Amino acid sequence: MKREIPLFITAAIGLFMILSFFVPHQLVSVPADFLQQCAIIIVAFGYVLGGANVLRVNFDAIYKRQSGWPYKAVLVGALLVTVIIGITDGAGWQDPPTRSMWIYNNLYSPMQATMFSLLAFFIASAAFRAFRIRTLEAGLLAAAALLVMLGRVPIGNYFTQWLPHSLHLGTIQEWIMTIPQNAAKRAILMGAALGVMATGLRVILGIERSYLSGEE
Amino acid sequence: MGLLSRLEKLDRRWLYAILAALVIGPMVRPLYFPLEVSAPVRGFYDAIRQVPDGSTVLMACDYDPSTRPEMVPMTMTAMRQLFDKHCKVVVTVLWNGGPGIVDQTLRRVASEYPDKRYGVDWVNLGYKAGYEAVMVLMGQGIANAFPVDYGNHRTNDYVALPIMQNVRDYSSFPLLVSISAGYPGTKEWVQQVNSRFHIPMISGSTAVQAPEFYPYLQSGQIRGLLGGMAGAAEYEKLRNERGSATRGMDAQSLAHVFVALCILLGNLVQWRKRRGVAA
Repeated sequence: MKREIPLFITAAIGLFMILSFFVPHQLVSVPADFLQQCAIIIVAFGYVLGGANVLRVNFDAIYKRQSGWPYKAVLVGALLVTVIIGITDGAGWQDPPTRSMWIYNNLYSPMQATMFSLLAFFIASAAFRAFRIRTLEAGLLAAAALLVMLGRVPIGNYFTQWLPHSLHLGTIQEWIMTIPQNAAKRAILMGAALGVMATGLRVILGIERSYLSGEE
Repeated sequence: MGLLSRLEKLDRRWLYAILAALVIGPMVRPLYFPLEVSAPVRGFYDAIRQVPDGSTVLMACDYDPSTRPEMVPMTMTAMRQLFDKHCKVVVTVLWNGGPGIVDQTLRRVASEYPDKRYGVDWVNLGYKAGYEAVMVLMGQGIANAFPVDYGNHRTNDYVALPIMQNVRDYSSFPLLVSISAGYPGTKEWVQQVNSRFHIPMISGSTAVQAPEFYPYLQSGQIRGLLGGMAGAAEYEKLRNERGSATRGMDAQSLAHVFVALCILLGNLVQWRKRRGVAA
């Protein structure tokens, strides 16, 4: 029963939600609406669980003085300080003069922007050291990458504007994006969609059970 | 020692320094390379242009500060185009790091229009956890999914938020503008909302994400697409604006040329090295 009841609940709710997609009648839509609300509440609880897990894992590492423990201490400290300040700021914590918004504007926001900006430097370094053209396929990939990279920015068109319009780098990159790239992407999307449908059916039918205590 | 031998032993910090100079230089002294407007960007612009004046439009801003240079300019320009058409704008955020930056961006644009009032001409419904579940729930009623707005006003309080009086579900909107930097974002709005509730949709996304949406663009599920800062800059050109995306394009142009050179030079060095070993 320990396994049968969760499997039954999963199958019943899964089938019901599929039904709700096709049947807009109140008898179906109202309970479906309730289940959607439940899903949102569960996701919100996931944040609490995630926060608790971060604390547990990092407290453990700090206690055992594992490598990099000072960084973990900073992480735990920042997490606790942010939460405590958020709670003391109260309901209006999102209004600009609050300490929470100061943290958001002056710490969180610049740190996120910095992390993303660093990618440019890593890409430049990787382009010089790691992008090796050793096969025909790698050569085609490199040629497409160079054409798209230069065609996406105005300088590409600026240097090819003396050529016929069909040979402008912008036109070539648009063709690459619209035809070969699109075909490949569509194939990947269709494959992924079929995979999702198959996995969904396996879960509903109780064949896929890995979500139950890791059982295969 | 030849040039290629020197390049082989090049300290990567030189690459970083050159890239930094190429990015900072055009910010200080813009070069203004001529921009050419692409078809997906024109589609985005036209989709908003064709919305009846004064209608209420849904704008999903799903990003956080990490993608500010790409997302904020397109949000601002789209908001301006909508305000110029006297449209009312209902904004949602499904990224937990996003509400702050989105609210600041919206308030900045709204401050350019003294006649536009919060709650009357635009509303920020703020963040809601739940990803796709929120999108589907909004189909049963917007106030159902967002009982309060970003400022904690109840969305069924029509005195504080008169804009919500005419907002029921997706059928209240002639257009969904999705400005997204990842998950959940445009892809999920197409899959959960466009295909199910048949609301016309346009998208602004990061350059990295944009190729993923070309199948949706070709199928007509999204009517226009702004791909990254380049898309935002082209959109600014269509609107005769010279915003941060247009200014950033010179820096991005030079950075792209530099990365392309890095790929070519890196391979030239390796090719020479392999030839040397073989000989």
